[in-house]
Amino acid sequence: MRQRKTSTLLVQTPEGIVFSLLLAGPVTRFLAWAVDLACVGALASAVGSALALLGLLSPDFARGLAVLAYFVIQIGYGIFLEWFWRGQTIGKRLLRLRVMDAQGLRLQFSQIVMRNLLRFVDMLPAFYLLGGIACLASRRAQRLGDFAANTIVVRNPKIQEPDLDQLLAGKFNSLRDYPHLAARLHQRVSPREASVALQALIRRDELHAQARVELFSEIAAHFRSLVEFPPATTEGITDEQYLRNVLDILFRPQGLERQEILPAEPR
Amino acid sequence: MIIDLRKFIASERPHWRELESLLDRLSGDSAFKLSLEQLKHFHYLYERTSADLAKITTFASEPETRRYLESLVARAYGEIHETRQKPHRVAPLHWFFNTFPQTFRRHVRAFWLSVAITLVGSVFGAGVIAFDPDAKSVIMPFSHLQGDPRERVAREEKAASDRLSGMKGTFSSYLMTHNTKVSIYTLALGMTWGVGTMLMLFYNGIILGAVAADYLLAGQASFLVGWLLPHGSFEIPAILIAGQAGLVLGGALIGWGSRTSATARLRQISRDLVTLIFGVGIMLVWAGFVEAFLSQYHEPVIPYSAKISFGAVELCLLALFLAKSGSQLTGAELQTRNSNLR
Repeated sequence: MRQRKTSTLLVQTPEGIVFSLLLAGPVTRFLAWAVDLACVGALASAVGSALALLGLLSPDFARGLAVLAYFVIQIGYGIFLEWFWRGQTIGKRLLRLRVMDAQGLRLQFSQIVMRNLLRFVDMLPAFYLLGGIACLASRRAQRLGDFAANTIVVRNPKIQEPDLDQLLAGKFNSLRDYPHLAARLHQRVSPREASVALQALIRRDELHAQARVELFSEIAAHFRSLVEFPPATTEGITDEQYLRNVLDILFRPQGLERQEILPAEPR
Repeated sequence: MIIDLRKFIASERPHWRELESLLDRLSGDSAFKLSLEQLKHFHYLYERTSADLAKITTFASEPETRRYLESLVARAYGEIHETRQKPHRVAPLHWFFNTFPQTFRRHVRAFWLSVAITLVGSVFGAGVIAFDPDAKSVIMPFSHLQGDPRERVAREEKAASDRLSGMKGTFSSYLMTHNTKVSIYTLALGMTWGVGTMLMLFYNGIILGAVAADYLLAGQASFLVGWLLPHGSFEIPAILIAGQAGLVLGGALIGWGSRTSATARLRQISRDLVTLIFGVGIMLVWAGFVEAFLSQYHEPVIPYSAKISFGAVELCLLALFLAKSGSQLTGAELQTRNSNLR
């Protein structure tokens, strides 16, 4: 296991394969907790109303049961849901977070109980101050409960499919006339480089005119240095259009129809 | 470099799907076990998918497939490299009569330390009350303990009406939840390398010692024992066991004389801590019932001798349970223990 930066945990398997886990920061986790707190409140008031009916028969029994029910909901909410949904509560589901074993192994019931019971210390002195500080200080963004239970909280951001038809080159892409160069482009462009160019295109309207020209000129120059297409194909087109053509080749290979999107959610 | 991405995905997808369905079964059904052949095939699928992930990682245009494969490899990695035993199906009786007392005995040294800290606190609390009675208002947590014990005893023994009438259920629930919260704090404060747990135990000891000394000095020994023993015989050991769990947690963090990492030590004890705290929870439920429905009634309603005998029997049974229950290991447990030792 190695660490690249605070927001990503890379797990290297003995087979030499590396997979990455995006760590959730304290703010996202606090928001998820706020959602969960609201859920606990709603659940407790629903149970309270149901028990109020029982109060007609025996007020003392109903009150006693309400005290117990609130306690069980407060403690058991996180434990039950994280066990039932393998590491998620309603708040975590909404914010696309998940509790996982810090070594990438199977999450055990005892780990879930431990991290939820140690909340009591993380919440001290108020509003998860201790837990928040621990989370910021920890390499794996762990609060004390996570440290004791050996768990981490990861983010599974939804990959939004950009509308490629709007973004990429139209029907005519002069670069496609050179299939061998297109293949070289595939070979030389790293996923990260392709993603930079795609993001620039997606956010192009947010940039000032001058900055937009400069940015696309820089990115296009980089791609030109990777694979040189004959001047005839790039003459008369802007840097932005050149990038559209490049990404069109990268993201929409000829003859490859849209693949069925595989579920990307780890379970 | 993949020459034909489309062909590659089409040919590999059946293997990914197969691995995914196997993983679903493994995580969904705790009783599902793979045969040796299936296990070999599972490992083959894992290695094949890992290799596919390595190939596709370089491919700029396939982020979804890469993420999908990453999640598959991550899940399969968790299954293959997990060495801890898969949890059994829920067996509450077996857990209560075997696992809980066995776990208690496994960490009995931490329990004795917990007892010792509480005793030191009690001696301190008793000393404070004996030598400086004015400190009572600072030490006693509840207002009804701050008056003269003789007056309280006289008042409660004369009481004509049941002051808890119509609120015994609420009082009992309050006691259960409050004491369980205190126990959870006592465990959780083990994260301060055990210091927080020790302070909690010491503080509890002070209160206990102070109350006991106050009543004993006032000559109200039988009232005191009759009042505290019926519920205290479970409540006090429960807090001591919570302290034991906190000390075990603190000990794992410090790791004296251990060559393994803190992570490995915590991983080793996490199941034991959960067992202990669940056991404490059950003990406190019983203590809550007894405290609300029995402890608050004194002579002439219930003779002190009956209350004291009841408490003494409870304490003996609890000691017997923790010392002996589940001490005869079954064949399967022996096998597990041997494999752990190896």
